[in-house]
Amino acid sequence: MRVPLSWLREYAQVPADAAEVARRLTAAGLEVESAEPVGHDIGGVVVAQVLSIEELTGTRKPIRYCRVAASRRQLDEAPAGASAVICGATNFAVGDRVALALPGAVLPGGVEIGTRKTYGHLSEGMICSAVELAAGDEYAGILVLPPDAPLGEDFASYAGLRDEVLDIAVTPDRGYAVSVRGLARELATAFAVPFTDPADAGLPGPGVLGGPLDHAGPDVWPASIADPTACDRFVLREVRGFSAEAPTPLWLQVRLARSGVRAVSLAVDVTNYLMLELGQPLHAFDRSKLSGEIVVRRARPGERLETLDHVARTLDPDDILITDSSGPISMAGTMGGLATEIDQASTDLVIEAAHFSAEGTAKMSRRHRLHTEASYRFERGVDRELPLRASAKAVAMLASLGGGRVVPGAIHVSVDVPPVLISMAAHYPDRVAGVAYGRDTVVRRLREVGCAVRETRIPAPTVAPWRASPPEPPELSELSELSEPSEPSEPPAQVPVSALEVTPPSWRSDLTDPADLAEEVIRLEGYADIPVRMPRALAGRGLTRRQRLRGSVGRALAETGYVEVLSSPFGSGADADLLGLPPEDLRRNAAAVANPLADDEPLLRTTMLPGLFRVLARNIGLGFADVALFETGLVFRPRPGAPDSAPILPVDRAPTVAELASLEAALPDQPLRLAAVLAGARELDGWWGAGRPASWADAVQAARAVARACRVPLDIRAERYPPWHPGRCAAIYARVAAEPGDGSGNGSGNGGPRQWLAGHAGELDPRVVGAFGLPARTCAVELDLSVLLTAADGIGPVQAPQLSTYPLATQDVALVVGADVPAAAVESALVAGAGDLLEDLRLFDVYTGSQVGERRKSLAYTLRFRAPDRTLTVAETTAARDAAVAEAARRTGAVPRS
Amino acid sequence: MSAQAEQDPTAPDEVARALADALADIAAAGTLGELKAARVAHDGDRAPLALASAHIGALPGAERAEAGRRVGAARARLREALRARQAELEAERDRQVLLTETADVTLPGGRVLPGARHPVTMLADRLSDVFVAMGYEVAEGPEVEAEWYNFDALNIPPDHPAREMQDTLFIAGKNGTSASGIVLRTHTSPVQIRSMLTRPLPLYVVSPGKCFRNEALDATHSPVFHQIEGLAVDEGLTMADLRGAIQAFVEAMFGEGLRTRFRPDYFPFTEPSGDVAMECHVCRGASAEPGGDPCRVCKSQGWIEIAGCGMVNPRVLVACGIDPDRYTGFAFGLGIERGLMIAHGVTDIRDTMEGDVRFSRAFGTEI
Repeated sequence: MRVPLSWLREYAQVPADAAEVARRLTAAGLEVESAEPVGHDIGGVVVAQVLSIEELTGTRKPIRYCRVAASRRQLDEAPAGASAVICGATNFAVGDRVALALPGAVLPGGVEIGTRKTYGHLSEGMICSAVELAAGDEYAGILVLPPDAPLGEDFASYAGLRDEVLDIAVTPDRGYAVSVRGLARELATAFAVPFTDPADAGLPGPGVLGGPLDHAGPDVWPASIADPTACDRFVLREVRGFSAEAPTPLWLQVRLARSGVRAVSLAVDVTNYLMLELGQPLHAFDRSKLSGEIVVRRARPGERLETLDHVARTLDPDDILITDSSGPISMAGTMGGLATEIDQASTDLVIEAAHFSAEGTAKMSRRHRLHTEASYRFERGVDRELPLRASAKAVAMLASLGGGRVVPGAIHVSVDVPPVLISMAAHYPDRVAGVAYGRDTVVRRLREVGCAVRETRIPAPTVAPWRASPPEPPELSELSELSEPSEPSEPPAQVPVSALEVTPPSWRSDLTDPADLAEEVIRLEGYADIPVRMPRALAGRGLTRRQRLRGSVGRALAETGYVEVLSSPFGSGADADLLGLPPEDLRRNAAAVANPLADDEPLLRTTMLPGLFRVLARNIGLGFADVALFETGLVFRPRPGAPDSAPILPVDRAPTVAELASLEAALPDQPLRLAAVLAGARELDGWWGAGRPASWADAVQAARAVARACRVPLDIRAERYPPWHPGRCAAIYARVAAEPGDGSGNGSGNGGPRQWLAGHAGELDPRVVGAFGLPARTCAVELDLSVLLTAADGIGPVQAPQLSTYPLATQDVALVVGADVPAAAVESALVAGAGDLLEDLRLFDVYTGSQVGERRKSLAYTLRFRAPDRTLTVAETTAARDAAVAEAARRTGAVPRS
Repeated sequence: MSAQAEQDPTAPDEVARALADALADIAAAGTLGELKAARVAHDGDRAPLALASAHIGALPGAERAEAGRRVGAARARLREALRARQAELEAERDRQVLLTETADVTLPGGRVLPGARHPVTMLADRLSDVFVAMGYEVAEGPEVEAEWYNFDALNIPPDHPAREMQDTLFIAGKNGTSASGIVLRTHTSPVQIRSMLTRPLPLYVVSPGKCFRNEALDATHSPVFHQIEGLAVDEGLTMADLRGAIQAFVEAMFGEGLRTRFRPDYFPFTEPSGDVAMECHVCRGASAEPGGDPCRVCKSQGWIEIAGCGMVNPRVLVACGIDPDRYTGFAFGLGIERGLMIAHGVTDIRDTMEGDVRFSRAFGTEI
């Protein structure tokens, strides 16, 4: 909220400059974002009187050559001593008092006024408009001052232009502070000076209102409330014989301009002014356009209203309306209707001041995307005691500034609202802050806020009186240690303690709980004075194994040349087509965002790849042709048969286990994925020799690196799975120990080790490469880290190897197998056949060609043997090698290469 | 001088001369080949000292011992000189060989381009590490979240203006409406609710993670961003403990002795609420003093806002089944991207989201 400091000073006379005001308001929770001096740079502008006007001819637009007196002496000596000024405005007459910038004057923004020759005359200064003086925001000719403006006086002083404008970020809970009234109250408290409440000061007396504030007005337009949940107070007052042409006084224009509100017309300006000052939105109807009793009610199906912004709106049955016999005439607390708008011809005004439901106005303004100064205040809470006062001030101001007379009394419809009473242990704020304020301070601060406080002694007041009982459902019995009913440890429940019964003031609808009261005490006492108590060491258990492994995975990939990136988790339905996914592929089943950031990307990712492809393409476009990228993140897979929506559970107790399960059931499955893509060279050319391009083997190796970091053994098999190249795609399986009754695996295996599919790696299908505009032979891997981490959970601590120091015995074998026999099958056969003496083996060559025959390949292995307890003989190692070869022959048809 | 004396090769003069000749030749040998020739000439079978040695047997018995010692000592010196020179020349030969193998060791590396982790990941880990060291545990939760966790349980009821503060991305329900009760989480606070519902008390957790808001992407706002939040629920926790936790964090992250400033603020899930600024770790407030040099990091404010925080609203405790008359809690939240801006000079938040390899690579593998 923007507010001129002079306006606040009117109700809180603080002995401090703007900087100190800003500091103290900020310390009290009203953050002053800026305190901007305004008008201080204006100089040399004086109140002057127009002596003569000569209309120049032959100009394209009307131009006046005027004589202007800037002092009593010049007036008397006229026209000899008067200034001659050229002026392009025509809204003034001889004898009018105006603001004259003399030669040498400075206007806001540092504009200097000199003597200049124009339209064939010497112009000694300028007659100013409100805009030029930063005293208004609309150019409607020059500023014509009241006849009693003192001739020759410094205009900036006369008009109160020198000021500071505070821009205050009011948090949404503090509706009362969206007003001069609320801010001045805070200021007075912050400086411990008296506060004058503008809601009480300057109220019109019975002479104007015909009686006390709530005096009934039989002649005032009738009204009633049909829906007490929509509105609990509705007040109408009337002014008749008002002159719509009457100007808004300068001081009022200046305050509106400084507050960032446009001047419109006197009637609108007065309602805006009182809204700014008191926080009570007001609306003025043209009485001649009303018909029948005004009724506050909800909308009926199909009702429409054209609002002041010339938008014809279809109303929702939940909208709160002001209606008359013609139908809707205003959206309550949001915007008035066009048909009953006051205009130039309006003479009889009906002023509405009401207290509408905060929730109702919030919903309505959100529903219609119609956010106004009025709705902003109503949804934050307006003082229920203001309508009678604000409307009284409004009719009195309108009558005195715009002529006309106040119709005696008011129509006042009110619904009884139960008072709010908060019981709080007197030491509760101390307990929250960790500061011993003491009861007297607590009571004093609450009274400064405006609360009525009564001291009493009652048994241990709870801080959660709204809590449902019983507080804990039986289903949560396994968590009983956190929900077990317990006596407050201090003070004991049975001993009555000093308690406060607090009634918050009518303008503080935000104060409902003891915690709210505690905050008031603590902020006014000062957050800065809360001590810093350094934490004592806790018995934490550190990162979980899964968390540690995730860090290892990221480091393992980064250290082998992969760059971690973050890609957008949003995509389009076209991605599934670009990936070449078959119609039944589960990756086509994506969750959609109802209000997406971009209309062409409404879906949440089901696979990491498209996002990573786009990041890859971006990097290649930037000139990085040799790139290896990876990302870890969640993908979102709607569960088949999940409910359409998650329920909204109660909040006055813990949810039951069944209720929590109903939330989880509606959420998509969100596994943690890791994906990597590679393009260009995996090893670069250089002085060391030729490099090599990234290949399917690098993608598979990345999967191995990830699994190794997780300590999960893998089985790798050839599979066909889009978007990978059908001949260069490896399915990655995590090998997990069999557990009786373990049905969670999705791999094969009966009885033996289970295998869980953990992802795929290899070269991408060339069609996919083309569809995403990627370099030829781009490779990719996508792994379900959740699967790998779960597999890792089943793996016990590392068992140290027994290191034998007996000599190594080496045997090489070359085996010829069919071209389609997987090397992994040959290797596992060799391992199985070689027995315990085999320390390790390594494939050192793969040969295809005429020497081994058509559709065959030769695999050459080095087998290394070692015994734990002796030096192996040649006969032993040869026997082991032969056994290995025999097993490979049995399983894969391998024959030793001759 | 007698002729006999002149012919005796074991005579002192003869032995000394033969040794001197030999030592001179050994010293003069510049290569292993020359040394070999010197060895043949002076230590071979026909060398003067070898002949002298052979001559000893022909001497009178009384002279033999004396002559034997003289010749033996000379031959020992000769052989020592040969050995030493041999070692010198071999070392010189080896040195020459290594010199010819000289390589330009300043040639660049980079056969495989360097990898890197993303600074958001690393900073999240680093921040978590600070709190783990303080005894907190790391808690996580889903990014697509039930509205109840994201709003209601956090005391943000429907139509509360605070819900408006966070432009929420809703998951489409039936017929594409937003009434699914499911959102992309707007903060990591739902993890606090999940922690309170499932973990035993007392409870000290931090939750780093990705969050989403319906905001336009610009230099300082991103619709996808990361937060880390801390939550403590225990008996007797006060705002003084909250300040202490944040103070300890600031000192661990940014340096000993940095002051923190605590001001009121508003969050629905904490009451009272506050925001915390720390003294600028670069200028230590000097830039805000009159005449101080400008500071780019704190924009010459002297203070940097780092966290929103507060005491867990008793309404939130109740929604999680925790007795607010017995337990109190505090919570705080920081933006990871904002942390990168403060600590690492990131000026455009888009750099964290667009995947440019130069950005991640600049941070390497440890932040």
